[in-house]
Amino acid sequence: MMSRLLFAAEEIHAGDGGWWADTAGVMLVLPFVAFLLILAFGKKLKYKGGEIAVAALAINLVWATVLLLMNANGGVLDQITFEIGHIGSGLVFELGWVVDGLSILMFFLVNFVGLVVFVYALGYMKDDVRVDWFFAAFSLFAGAMLVLVGAPNLIQLIIGWEGVGLASYLLIGFYWEDLDNVRAGNKAFLTNKVADVGLILGAILVGVSIGSWDFGAIDFAAFEGAPELAAVATAGGLLLFFGAMGKSAQFPFHIWLPDAMAGPTPVSALMHAATMVTAGIYLMARMFPLFEYMAQNVRIVMIVIGTVTLFGVGLLAIVADDIKKVLAYSTVSQLGYMMTAIAAGGYTAGMFHLFTHASFKALLFLGAGSVIHAVHSNDMSDMGGLRKFMPTTFWTWVVGALALSGIGLSGFWSKDEILATMGEQGLTVVLWISIAGAFVTAFYMARATFLTFFGSYKGDGQPHESPRIMTVPLVILAVPAAVAGVLNIPGLSLPRLGNFTEWLAVRLVPMGDHHAEAINFGLAAMGLAAAVLGVVIGWLIYYPDKETQLQRDSFEIPVLFPLLRKKYYIDDLALGIVALIKGPLARLVDWTSTYVIEGLVNGVAGLVKGFGVFVYDTLDQRGVDGVFNGLSAAADGAGSVVRKWQSGRVQQYAASFVAGALILVVLFVFVI
Amino acid sequence: MEWFETWGLTLTVFLPLVGVVFLGLIPKENEIALKTTGLVASIMAFVASLILIARFDFSSNTYNSYQFEVSETWIGAINANYHVGIDGISLPMLVLSTFVMVLAVIYSWNHWDEPKNPKAFLILMMILATGMNGTFVALDLVLFFLFFEIVLLPMYFMIGIWGDKTPRRIPGFAKEFETRLYAAIKFFLFTLFGSAFLLLGFLALYFESGNSQFGRTFDIPQLTELGASGAFSGTFAFLVFGAIFLGFAVKVPMFPFHTWLPDAHTAAPTVGSVLLAAILLKLGSYGFIRISLPILPEEAMSWAPFIAILAVIGIIYGSLACLAQSDMKRLIAFSSVGHMGFIMLGISTMTDIGINAAIIGMVAHGLITGLLFFIAGSMHHRYHTREMARLGGNIKLMPVMGGILAFTAMASLGLPGLAGFWGEFMSLVASFNPLPGLSLGVFRSAMVIGAIGTVLTAGYMLWMLQKVNLGEPGDEWEGKELHDVDRFELAAWVPLIVLIVVIGFFPKIIFNSTTDVVTSLVDMAFNPETTASISSQIGG
Amino acid sequence: MLLSQFLVLGAALFAFGVYGLLVRRNIVLILLSVELMLNAVNINLIAFESVLASPEAIGHVFAIFVITVAAAEVGIGLAIVLMIFRNRKSANVDDLNLMRW
Repeated sequence: MMSRLLFAAEEIHAGDGGWWADTAGVMLVLPFVAFLLILAFGKKLKYKGGEIAVAALAINLVWATVLLLMNANGGVLDQITFEIGHIGSGLVFELGWVVDGLSILMFFLVNFVGLVVFVYALGYMKDDVRVDWFFAAFSLFAGAMLVLVGAPNLIQLIIGWEGVGLASYLLIGFYWEDLDNVRAGNKAFLTNKVADVGLILGAILVGVSIGSWDFGAIDFAAFEGAPELAAVATAGGLLLFFGAMGKSAQFPFHIWLPDAMAGPTPVSALMHAATMVTAGIYLMARMFPLFEYMAQNVRIVMIVIGTVTLFGVGLLAIVADDIKKVLAYSTVSQLGYMMTAIAAGGYTAGMFHLFTHASFKALLFLGAGSVIHAVHSNDMSDMGGLRKFMPTTFWTWVVGALALSGIGLSGFWSKDEILATMGEQGLTVVLWISIAGAFVTAFYMARATFLTFFGSYKGDGQPHESPRIMTVPLVILAVPAAVAGVLNIPGLSLPRLGNFTEWLAVRLVPMGDHHAEAINFGLAAMGLAAAVLGVVIGWLIYYPDKETQLQRDSFEIPVLFPLLRKKYYIDDLALGIVALIKGPLARLVDWTSTYVIEGLVNGVAGLVKGFGVFVYDTLDQRGVDGVFNGLSAAADGAGSVVRKWQSGRVQQYAASFVAGALILVVLFVFVI
Repeated sequence: MEWFETWGLTLTVFLPLVGVVFLGLIPKENEIALKTTGLVASIMAFVASLILIARFDFSSNTYNSYQFEVSETWIGAINANYHVGIDGISLPMLVLSTFVMVLAVIYSWNHWDEPKNPKAFLILMMILATGMNGTFVALDLVLFFLFFEIVLLPMYFMIGIWGDKTPRRIPGFAKEFETRLYAAIKFFLFTLFGSAFLLLGFLALYFESGNSQFGRTFDIPQLTELGASGAFSGTFAFLVFGAIFLGFAVKVPMFPFHTWLPDAHTAAPTVGSVLLAAILLKLGSYGFIRISLPILPEEAMSWAPFIAILAVIGIIYGSLACLAQSDMKRLIAFSSVGHMGFIMLGISTMTDIGINAAIIGMVAHGLITGLLFFIAGSMHHRYHTREMARLGGNIKLMPVMGGILAFTAMASLGLPGLAGFWGEFMSLVASFNPLPGLSLGVFRSAMVIGAIGTVLTAGYMLWMLQKVNLGEPGDEWEGKELHDVDRFELAAWVPLIVLIVVIGFFPKIIFNSTTDVVTSLVDMAFNPETTASISSQIGG
Repeated sequence: MLLSQFLVLGAALFAFGVYGLLVRRNIVLILLSVELMLNAVNINLIAFESVLASPEAIGHVFAIFVITVAAAEVGIGLAIVLMIFRNRKSANVDDLNLMRW
């Protein structure tokens, strides 16, 4: 262990982080302490334990920020582990924390976004049921997520991985009085559990073959081309990717994420957008050397899946009427971008998108939450015109939407990096699909924005801006959503912050990252153009109709046609494309998702259930058990014949006895 | 405390029996005195086992060298001795047994199933405790068998007298039986059926050992040495292993000998099901580790793929059957079939990882499933039904109980960070690389299927939570007096919860005891060099 | 010798005993029949002993042994009968078929 750390320190001149890295484990423990404290005392406090949760993350954020700055100024590389058990032949289980560029980034992200969302939740959940339980479970999530990202080995990663899955299950089913929510939670948990089979088997393959689950050891073995790892690299990589597909909602495992929106909105923001669903991406980044130096063929599978996800699932957002589902499909689509980027060798590009996405998608979800809080409905047909009532929410939403669409703000820079990586790797088809995906993203965000904030209000009651405790987090998140892009402009290194690529390069072994050295203006322009085109088309379709609310949602294309025809027939073409996309194509994808995949899942579930009934009723009760019951019934039958002699009458017994004695006498006297 | 070296184990085993004597002297009406006596007896046995831990020498923890060993002539004519001793494998099991017994007595403080009669029930529990503790420390086949069988009797009466009285139609019989009678008889006959073969196997070993330097012997350490030197082989050993396998497989229970289990568990009174699940099932798997593997290593290897296949069938089969249950207690009972499948899969790999997995799996299953049965019993106590269709919204009516149920269900489905994870995970790790010489194809398929089994486990556990815990409570419970957990329940459950978490995050407390001894067990039984050296030492 | 006469007497008593055992319905009378049979055996034992005149007087010893057993048996038997009568208000064997499965 020590020798590896020394090697890395010499190679990349990283410090060991001193006291802050040695005590970084505090971050992993504090949320759990908060969890217990809230369970014990939450009910008695003013914010029902919310203040404890916020305090825990605030303290955590100090560590994360200090480590982030230290890492930006020279790098931090450290690992502290404790043995929790070992088995004779060299199998060691350890818990602890790794402090390097990747984990520090995630520490910061989880704690920063987490803190903002927690504060927001103080306002959002104020009048809700079981607020203490909400914050307890939310703290549990934060702790499990930090355990996950701080994991120095696959075992601890699995512990954190299932821990966040548990928290996700608990919070999706937060309103468990309604069984639909419970079913959504079950669906999330089980879908993930199916994928976890891959994670666990992959961990076994990789860990047993090199005799250690330590990420450093695995990275090293991959870097040095250890033959025992090479033998299982493809299978192991494939299995690990399978696991990552579940948590990161890659096609066809994306089905759980839209349903997961049944949970409270802060949960969707933090877990199902910013952090938890990126765990799969994080795993791929953590194991990047394995895929870079050994399991290259797995990357083809990853690229295909990622591309299908980023485009195919993104389309679904166009037909969604629930504002949270629009964002959920969008999240899946963006996760597809990240996965494709990492698969294409863009370790930094993928992680950078993860970083920017966390801020702007959390922002969008919190904005959606603010809107839902005001109109008491998720459906965009109940909204409209909220721009006037909720200016802060509106403007921060616009920042988030622009960032997501890749227009100017942070998302532009990160998406451009992904495109540049694809271009550099010569993945032309993937590149074009990604650009088309950018167009789709911009389009559905435009749709959501116009439907929600423009025109006149269609819901009940009088909407009002959310309280300060909810709008301040929005503003805070809007800052990184707008400017985080400058962190990784190729060739630019900020004073005292350096740049993102350098941050992430602080790992035990060189990552072999395929990173664009300079801005590719051609690709950037294309990406931007696609996004702008999306917004423009969205604007053309949804904005002009802003006062007649009915037509806007029912998509009365004939009403729009005359207006569009006057505009150089370009809109005609666009509308045809849109109609094609929104009509047959999206419906096909939706149908595939709803009927084929979900049908498959439900069908399999039904079959399994039915099979269970069959196994139990027929095989077990009649078959296996029947054999034994048959045996005992036979014995019973024989017994009932014999039982006749056993009348219970003493004298009958005596008579038989005398008769027997007489027979014996006759035998002895006369025969023998 | 020198005397403890020789008397420690005897005390742990027989203190409950001393309790029986005192219980017998106290009149039936004096409930408090009865309960206190039972509690004191079980706590004293528990304390004795804790002192055993404290004085256990973990540094010289190798297989077939036992600590706190006592060997006195018992039945000289057949060379059967009162030979007891423990090593790192039996220590956790013994402590688990005494520990759960204390909790069971605490729990039964105010939970008496009809027809109450605490005196008789406590006496049965104490006899049960002696039988269970004794099985884990016995180092003589006759003594082992005696303790193994003693356990049957109290459990038979517990099920038969305090069990579920609902009449039930049994396929193949014309009339209806009370569930308890059917279950008790089935339990008894099934286990006795297995035991008959077990005894046959033991006797065969006894007579076969006559050719060795030890003479005819029932002594486990001596037989282990003989086994390691390859004294038992050929068709003879194959059949002997089969006979012993039958005996233990019924107890574990392995598919297809499991059908007594759901009936017995469902019909038994709460404490009965807890002890049944927590300890009694482990007698079988413990027997595999203590007797089958070391004494008949070659045959164990040839039977291993077969055991692995049965274990995997058990995992999938048990989980599928769970999905079809409508009775909560029966669902939990069937889940044992799946979990014990993982334990047997671990044992069948014949590796140190697999056997360690089995032991920690046994401890974890004891804690988790024991707790599940406690909860199921307490819920039945309040709702007077176990039909999941009628339950629902439990967490709303009884938040603490619902929370504990959810926690335990999560532990049962093998959530990493809780005790149940290690056994399952390490069983799978072990099946990836079983003992050299075993079929990789069989064991790696077993690994994949077992991993898929974990999904099914999660499926039925979540399904149960949905049905029982979540949703709106049914109308029939409105206005009913449903009090949340009382202090006796908490006193019995909280230690289990704490242990589940502690073992989950720090499995070392089990591995510390087991790893060295298991390594030397595997080395002794399956390493040709060690085998040869033992063989030359004892002149076999 | 008078031996054959004694044997005839013993056989007759034994036969009466068997007859009573089989046809009587009252438990007390059945017990008495059993006593009759035991004493028939005693007569046989004494008769044989008087012919054999063994130094250890085995026949006499056995007879005394049988008398002792018979006394104990009657004691326990009557106690059981009494308990049964108390519990079931009947001493008729036909009412007693509890031993049956």
